[in-house]
Amino acid sequence: MSRNSLAFWIGATLFLFAALAMTQIIGNEYPFFACYVILQFIVLAVAWSILGGYAGYVNFGTSAFFGVGVYTAVFLFKAFDAPLAVQIAVAAAFGAFLGFALGLLTLRMQGIFFSIATIALTIIIETSVTNWRFVGGAAGIQLQRPMVTAPFHSYVQMLFFVQALLVVLAVAIARYIQNSWIGRGLQALKDDELAAECTGVPTLRLKVTACVISGALMCAAGAPAAMYLQYADPSSAFNLNYSVSALAMSLIGGTAHWAGPIVGAILLGVTQQLLTVTISSEVNVLVLGVMLVLFVVAAPEGIIGLIRKAARKRTGGGA
Amino acid sequence: MFSFDLLLDAVVIGVLLGCFYAAVSLGLSVSFGLLDVPHIAHPAFLLMASYAVYFLNESFGIDPLLAGLLITPLLFLFGLVAYRLYYETFEKRGSDAGVRGIAFFFGVAFIIEVLLILQFGVDQRSVTASYIGKAWRIGEMRIPFRLVVAFVVAAALTILLTLYLSRTFMGRAIRAVAQDQEALRLMGANPIRIKQWAFGIATSVLGIAGALLIIVAPVEPTLDRTYIGRTFCIVVMAGLGSITGTLIAAIILGVAETIVLTLFGASWAPAISFAMLLGVLAVRPQGLFGRRS
Repeated sequence: MSRNSLAFWIGATLFLFAALAMTQIIGNEYPFFACYVILQFIVLAVAWSILGGYAGYVNFGTSAFFGVGVYTAVFLFKAFDAPLAVQIAVAAAFGAFLGFALGLLTLRMQGIFFSIATIALTIIIETSVTNWRFVGGAAGIQLQRPMVTAPFHSYVQMLFFVQALLVVLAVAIARYIQNSWIGRGLQALKDDELAAECTGVPTLRLKVTACVISGALMCAAGAPAAMYLQYADPSSAFNLNYSVSALAMSLIGGTAHWAGPIVGAILLGVTQQLLTVTISSEVNVLVLGVMLVLFVVAAPEGIIGLIRKAARKRTGGGA
Repeated sequence: MFSFDLLLDAVVIGVLLGCFYAAVSLGLSVSFGLLDVPHIAHPAFLLMASYAVYFLNESFGIDPLLAGLLITPLLFLFGLVAYRLYYETFEKRGSDAGVRGIAFFFGVAFIIEVLLILQFGVDQRSVTASYIGKAWRIGEMRIPFRLVVAFVVAAALTILLTLYLSRTFMGRAIRAVAQDQEALRLMGANPIRIKQWAFGIATSVLGIAGALLIIVAPVEPTLDRTYIGRTFCIVVMAGLGSITGTLIAAIILGVAETIVLTLFGASWAPAISFAMLLGVLAVRPQGLFGRRS
C-alpha cells in the first residue's frame, strides 16, 4: 500500500511539473483552452464518482454545483474584487454546505427519488440566479480578467495550472476515500443499504459525507470557469450537459476504481474537443449520449472493468 | 394590483392547465408509478410524439389530435420494444440495476433531444388547426380555446385509462403486477409480459398527450427538461400509481403555477413544479394518495 502511495504522489508531482513546464514552453493559447476543459471534466467526473460510483446514488445535480461555483466566483469578483484563490476556496466551502443540505434533505430517499431531487435542485437554483439582478440575471454578465501574476504569461495558462492542481486534489481525495473505511462503508451500503445499516455502518452519515466532499469539489471546479469564459449566464452555467457529461465519463471509465473517471473524462473530453472543432456541438452531445447508453448496456463496469476482465489471469492489481 | 377577478381567472386557467398536465403525466403514472421503471426519458418520449404530430400536421395537413391518434399504435410497439430492452439489460440482472437504469434513461433522453435538434432545429415549432388561436369570452374572462380542447381531451383520456385499469382483465392484471409480482407468478401468469404490455399502454397514451402538448404551446427540443419536473412532481404528489390522484395533483400544480405566474412573473415559472416536488419528497414522500408507506 505504501509503495502504491509513493508511486501515486510521484506521479502527481510529475503531472504538475509537466503542466507547469507546458505553461512556460508553449506560447500558443489554444492547447490551454482545450486542456483546461478536459481537466475540468476530470475534476467533475472524479467528484461525481465519490457519491455516484462508490455509494451508487445517481446525482444529476453536477450542473447545480458547477453553476453555484461559477456564480460564487462571479459574486465575489464583482462585489469584492476577490482573487482567484479566494473565489475557489469560498466556492468549495459553499459547495460543501450545499452538499450537506442536499444530503440531509434527500439522501434518505432511495435511488430514483434522490436523482430527481437533484434535478429539481438544479432548476430551482438556476431560476433563483436568473432572477438575481446583481449577477446579471438571465442576460448574463461580462467579466474583465485581472492582470496575470508571474510565472504565467497569460491568464488562461494560470487557470489551466490551477485546474491541474484541483485535479490532483480531487484524485487524491477520491483515492483516499476508496482505500479508507469511508469507501468500504459506501461500498457496503451500495450493495445492500439495509444490511449495511444493520451491521452498524452509519449509512446516512457516510452518504452525507460523500455528498459534502463531492459537492465541494464540483463547486471548486466551477469557480475558475467564470474567469475562463470571461462571461457567465445562468442557462449555460447550470446547463444539464455538465450533469450528463460527469455521469457519462464516470460510468464509461468505470466507478470501481478512482482511475476510472479519469480515463473516462480524458477519453470523452478529447473526443468532445475534436468533435466540437470538426463537426458541431450537437453531434458531440449525441456521441456522449450514445456512448453512455452503449456502455451502460454492454459494459456496465466501464473501461476499468473491461481492462480487469482482460487481465483476469494476473492476480493482485487493486489500488 | 391583485384583485379577486385576477385570482378567479388564475384558478380557472390553472384547472384547465392542470387537466392538461394530468394527460401528459398519465403514462409516467403507469410506467413509474405502477411498474417502478425509473423512466426519466418519459418527457423526451412525449416531446418526440409532439414532433411526430408536428411532422404529420406540417407535411399532410392532418389535424393534430387525429395525428396523435394515428401514431398511437406505433408508440405502443415502441413501448413494448423499449421495455423488453430495459428488462433484458437491467431488471433481469438484478443488483446495481437501479443506478444503471436511471443513467440509461437519462442517456436516452439526451439522445432524443439531440436528434430532435439535428432534425428540426432549435426553433419553436407549432401546429395549425381551426381551434388554435381563438378564445372564449365569459364576461371579463378570456379563455383560450386550445386550453379548452386540451381540457376536454385530457379529461376523456384520464377517464378512459381509469376505466381500463379498473374494469378490463388486462388492466386489473397490470394493477395486480404492481401489487405483488411474485403472487402473480405463482398463479401461473407471466408478470414480465403484463409489465411489457403496461409499458406499451403507458407509451401509447403519449400520442394524444404529445398532440395536446403542441396544441397548448409551441415546442422546442429542450422542452422535456421542464416537463421532467412537472410530470414527476405530479406522479410523486399523487402517490405512485394512483390515476385519480394524478388528476388532482395535476390540478394543484396547474393552479399553483398560474397563481405564481400572475403574482411574480414568468421568470419564476420553471422552478414551481421542482420546488413542489422537493417539498413533497421531503414532507410526504408517499404522496397524497399513496399505495404504499
